[in-house]
Amino acid sequence: MSEYILTLCYLIASVTFILGLKMLSNPLAARRGNLVAAFGMTIAIFGTIFLYEENGVKLGNYAWIFGGLLVGTVAGALSAKKVKMTAMPEMVSLFNGMGGACAALISAAEFYHIYEAHKATPEMAFADIISVGTYITIAAGAIIGTISYTGSIIAWGKLNGRVKDYSFKGQHIVNMIVLVLVILCAVWAYQSTIATIYLPFLLIGFFAFVYGALFVMPIGGADMPVVISLLNSFTGVAAACGGFLYNNKAMLTGGILVGAAGTLLTILMCKAMNRSLTNVLIGSFGGGNKNKAASGETKAQGNFKEISLADAAMVMAYANKVIIVPGYGLAVAQAQHICHELEKILNDKGVEVIYAIHPVAGRMPGHMNVLLAEADVSYEKLMEMEHANDEFKTTDVVLILGANDVVNPAAKNDPSSPIYGMPILEVEQAKTVIVNKRSMKPGYAGIENDLFFQPKTSMLFGDAKKVLQDLCAEVKNV
Amino acid sequence: MVIDHQKTDFMESVLTWISENQQIIYIVILMIFVGIEVIGRVPSVLHTPLMSGANAIHGVVIIGAIIVMGKAETHNYLALILGFFAVILGTLNVVGGFVVTDRMLEMFKKKK
Repeated sequence: MSEYILTLCYLIASVTFILGLKMLSNPLAARRGNLVAAFGMTIAIFGTIFLYEENGVKLGNYAWIFGGLLVGTVAGALSAKKVKMTAMPEMVSLFNGMGGACAALISAAEFYHIYEAHKATPEMAFADIISVGTYITIAAGAIIGTISYTGSIIAWGKLNGRVKDYSFKGQHIVNMIVLVLVILCAVWAYQSTIATIYLPFLLIGFFAFVYGALFVMPIGGADMPVVISLLNSFTGVAAACGGFLYNNKAMLTGGILVGAAGTLLTILMCKAMNRSLTNVLIGSFGGGNKNKAASGETKAQGNFKEISLADAAMVMAYANKVIIVPGYGLAVAQAQHICHELEKILNDKGVEVIYAIHPVAGRMPGHMNVLLAEADVSYEKLMEMEHANDEFKTTDVVLILGANDVVNPAAKNDPSSPIYGMPILEVEQAKTVIVNKRSMKPGYAGIENDLFFQPKTSMLFGDAKKVLQDLCAEVKNV
Repeated sequence: MVIDHQKTDFMESVLTWISENQQIIYIVILMIFVGIEVIGRVPSVLHTPLMSGANAIHGVVIIGAIIVMGKAETHNYLALILGFFAVILGTLNVVGGFVVTDRMLEMFKKKK
């Protein structure tokens, strides 16, 4: 009887996963979608704990299971609650790594289980115990899970600045060799006897571990969201391997669903930046281009002009239309509220204010929408890139707050630039451009921005929050 | 001749495996299409929350961890520890994933 109810639980879970994912891709239903999927997950988890049985035997070790659930829930909920909005992508990466490690551990436990069961006959070949299909799913779970784990940890480290970009000549060949070694070890393990299985199995884990790190290492920090999305779909596939192993439909549907949706999402993210996935993976922001960026730096240095707060306030107060371009600098400074303040003051003076949002402004797609919505900026004032680019021609002042690469004209004009081809906000069409930055340091892609040296551009240095506060005061006095 | 024999053996085992697992193979294929279809028209604003939500959903791997843990013999410490860590990591993925996604989406709601 209980087994039928469990089947029902898994059915409900599978349906909620599909529904949840569907709702997550619609702005109005997204939050409910997340809750729907979480609800299904809860049913699947508790169903498994209390109803799962194998050959009529229920699960044991409840103390361990609930202990693990408790530790994981407290740690997961606390860290997810505490993380700052700016650090969300790296948190997602970390959680993704945990899922990958979990899948890998399950495979390891299955290997160990088979080993224990046949310890009495050490000369028996592994190939005689389990079928190729079963073996491939166990090995794939271990390999993909491990790659996803190390890859995600490196991606996490890159996003918070602990890990620097690192690439060397011939890295792609080395990566290929390591990947081939992983597969060779997997074949070797299958041919081994129970007595000798240890070594090839440990080597599979080791090489997969190394491959995960090598795979992400050369990819530039700005591309991390794409990489995380890709690793996300890897973990989905690893979870599905577990589903295959236990003939568990919830794991199977959930895993494959994420594997497929994650892969498509990865491609969509690349499209939003107008780059191909191969281009991202080969790491065009990495190694080789650093030199080009450096030479560009020397070429462009020199002629930028600064503007005083009073002048900037004057220009803006007498403008008809001001467009604000927010970027990561605004997010770091937590300046979204004061930015909204400035918008209101300008509005009172009869100035039209809109925000131009680049799809990948900040560190993740949608970052700026989230931040500005938090500060009560009304949704209608947020303008997407295509519309904003039409507006710039009739705009008097563009105020850029800590954005850099998304307004870099090199993406349009310079085919040798690593960001060439990425759609940008064409701010240089406006009459005046005021750029607020903390310093002249290049942005995330590590390249110089010609916009800052153009005659119509003036720089307003300082922390976004501080500058906006002063600007508000000045505008009021005009 | 021996090699030929082995070859047919291998082919046979692959074919039996496919027919034994055909139900699962059907699910896999259908889910791939569902996964692609379901998020096909997502606006770029939602890319990150969607990624995060999908991240939480693959936390379903926790079920496997619970099964491993529950099946482990009580005196086999290596199996217990493997399972225990798997449960913790899986739970982190699920709980952390859903909470982070909810926090992101909380910001999207329209305030009046």
